[in-house]
Amino acid sequence: MSIETETTHVPAPALKAEVKQLDFYYGDFHALKKVEMPVYERCITSLIGPSGCGKSTLLRCFNRMHDLYPGNRYAGGGIILHPDNTNLLSPDVDPIEVRMRLSMVFQKPNPFPKSIFENVAYSLRVRGMKNKTELEDRVQQALKSAALWNEVGSRLNELGANLSGGQQQRLCIARALASDPELILFDEPTSALDPIATASIEELLMELKDQVTILIVTHNMQQAARISDYTAYMYLGEMVEFGESEQLFIKPKVKATEDYITGRFG
Amino acid sequence: MDQARVEQIRRLIVVAKRWDTFFVVLGIMSMMFGVLMFVTLFVDMGMKGFSRIDWEFFTSFPSRHAAKAGILSAWVGTILVMLVTAMAAIPVGVAAGVYLEEYAPKNWFTAIIEINISNLAGVPSIVYGLLALGLFVYQFGFGQSILSAGLTLALLILPVIIVATREAIRSIPQSIHEGSYACGATTWQTVRDHILPYSSAGILTGIIIGMARAIGETAPIITIGALTFIAFLPTAPFTGDPPAGMFDWIFAPFTVMPIQMFNWTSRPEAAFQLNAAAAGFILVFMTLAMNGLAIYLRYRLRKNINW
Amino acid sequence: MSSLDSAAITTHVSQRLSKKASRNIKERVIEFIMLSAAAFSVFITVAIVYILVKESWIFFQTVPLTDFLFDTQWTPLFDDAHYGITVLLSGTITSSVVALLIAIPLGTIIAIYLSEFAPFSVREIAKPLLELLGGVPTIVYGYFALVVLTPILQWFWPDLPGFSLLSAGLVMGVMIIPYVSSLSGDAMRAVPMALREGSYAMGATRLQTALKVVVPAATSGIASAYILGISRAVGETMILAVAAGMQPNLTFNPTEPGATITSYIVQVALGDLPHGSIGYQTIFVAGLSLMLITLTFNLLGYWLRKKYREVY
Repeated sequence: MSIETETTHVPAPALKAEVKQLDFYYGDFHALKKVEMPVYERCITSLIGPSGCGKSTLLRCFNRMHDLYPGNRYAGGGIILHPDNTNLLSPDVDPIEVRMRLSMVFQKPNPFPKSIFENVAYSLRVRGMKNKTELEDRVQQALKSAALWNEVGSRLNELGANLSGGQQQRLCIARALASDPELILFDEPTSALDPIATASIEELLMELKDQVTILIVTHNMQQAARISDYTAYMYLGEMVEFGESEQLFIKPKVKATEDYITGRFG
Repeated sequence: MDQARVEQIRRLIVVAKRWDTFFVVLGIMSMMFGVLMFVTLFVDMGMKGFSRIDWEFFTSFPSRHAAKAGILSAWVGTILVMLVTAMAAIPVGVAAGVYLEEYAPKNWFTAIIEINISNLAGVPSIVYGLLALGLFVYQFGFGQSILSAGLTLALLILPVIIVATREAIRSIPQSIHEGSYACGATTWQTVRDHILPYSSAGILTGIIIGMARAIGETAPIITIGALTFIAFLPTAPFTGDPPAGMFDWIFAPFTVMPIQMFNWTSRPEAAFQLNAAAAGFILVFMTLAMNGLAIYLRYRLRKNINW
Repeated sequence: MSSLDSAAITTHVSQRLSKKASRNIKERVIEFIMLSAAAFSVFITVAIVYILVKESWIFFQTVPLTDFLFDTQWTPLFDDAHYGITVLLSGTITSSVVALLIAIPLGTIIAIYLSEFAPFSVREIAKPLLELLGGVPTIVYGYFALVVLTPILQWFWPDLPGFSLLSAGLVMGVMIIPYVSSLSGDAMRAVPMALREGSYAMGATRLQTALKVVVPAATSGIASAYILGISRAVGETMILAVAAGMQPNLTFNPTEPGATITSYIVQVALGDLPHGSIGYQTIFVAGLSLMLITLTFNLLGYWLRKKYREVY
């Protein structure tokens, strides 16, 4: 399958990261096959495709989550983070270093069994920040960016788990924002939420893209079309097509992509 | 991201990882502490007791002369007591476990039974000894006999068997139950033809662990007032004149391995300490063998499950 | 349809009905037998309480409760008899504290290591090995404390007596390690992987994740493991009977010998006490005190375990 990466009218923004010829295995299962994809700075890039196509696998390569489990193997290629040209998958690069630069928001909200304040402060404490006023400032800032401050600003000592599902997910976003990451990975962040909470998260993502680069896996094509600047369609571990969302959803270049987005897939 | 910040992160990681390594060392050392303690114990007893472990040791009665003393009455007593324990605890324990998993309605009575079993598992063994002293020895008039001891230990390991039975049954998927009921089977037919056969290995594991615990229990047996110096054997089981004579053995006085060891341990003479070491070595070896068998069974079980 | 046929059908149906009825009776009988077996466990508890309370009741007819609680001597077998349970309680508390000072830190460290750090293969080998440690008969541990550990401690500490609460408590601690580590390890593994991933994704190390996320999330389960450990320490008998001496001694100094509630019962049971004497009743009073203490801890532990199972 050919990989279509050219864009037409607007000049592309600066590259934030680049997936190059990436191969990945779960044990013997070849989950990603020579995947290529750019991630542009301060844009939202969506990964779509049927379940099992490798989109979450690719996302979890970015912050080396696969290193947590035995039997997973990066078998070739890499993910280059710009501007310093660090290969995130290089064995010389510590996965913890990668995770300190990139943060992640998960499918199901997973607040820690701590207070709202401590949930957000966690990523700062892990980075060795101890100064109380600085922590308070940064937590407040992150909660504001995550559009949660107005709702929880007065009850920061309550348990994070007491919030509603949408609020919990915004808490997790605040946690991801607090450490000032270069790139935030979202793994189907709205799949466990109701439509109203989903809309508020989508709105939040659109606001956030002025501050930070976003890579999002979504099972929902409308969502990808609504919020993302670029979209990548994956199938069976291969990158089928990458392009500006407008172009990909209206005039896909590959027949397989067209079949998928028009519902003729299968 | 600028190079300075990356450098700062790297320094942070070096420090954080040093703590990780430190903890791994601490964790392995803590485990080693426990395991080394056990190895020391086992080797020490083996070395001290080795000179005493021979054919004579197994075939002699206890004696005032340390070098002539043996564990004949102790191991025979242990086997007979275990026989009573097994015959009492296994049917009751398995039946109770099956009832709670397959029959019990969800009501307050079942809830009480569950809390009660969990509490019984935590009752100190010596309290069972007191129960047996008041109930079996005096109230029922069983005296300080094999029957009293066997029943005491049966009560003690009952919670172990009940819990193991329940866990074994719970690991059988719901679809097996449904399949059986769909064939028109009654509850008892489902239990007899499916539940018990499929959970038998798990139940057996629980029984072995329970019996291994019972073999080593000392305190409750001392409490019912078991004699420690027994220089004779009870009549062999089921050999007396039927019908009453067949059960003479269960009313006989007795001693068991851990009591014999306790007796020798509390003697001041060093020679008896050697006997204690030898008896202890045999006792630990027996419980180790039983626990090892249980672990092996559990391991086999987990490998063979393919629902 | 001929009359013959209808007669055949009627017999057939009535046969089936009677079969069904007999099957129902059989099912009921079996269910009743099983129910009796389960209810038997309640009978055990009732019997324990009945026996302990009955004998204690007789005891408290002669000895006032205030003497029992506040007297500072325990000499039931002497002519000048005193019945102050605090004496035995001090031995129980002292030896338990020594044991828990060993078992709780080591058990927790082992649990964290096995649950969060150790590779699968290490965990598979270490867990059963630790279980074996808890399966050793306690009389053997008692022998070990008296014959091996006490002499070793005496090298460092020549004044240590041959019987001491310290030596017994230390070995008891080793015995309790597996209980603490296995239950708290279970609680830690019940913490969902999503929480750990959340922490790792923030750039946390294993230790940070373990201490700041997994342990707080498993608190109630870990607490119930500690409580089980306390309950074991309080109820342990043979190690203390063998290695701590059996002299009642009101002390909180672990380097002294002392009797505990449990070892007092053993001491009396070893002697020749006539059924119905006040000395005989004291062991039931001691047993009742022990039962009340452990029951409190057991119920607390049960409640905590239930709580963490509800969370995940």
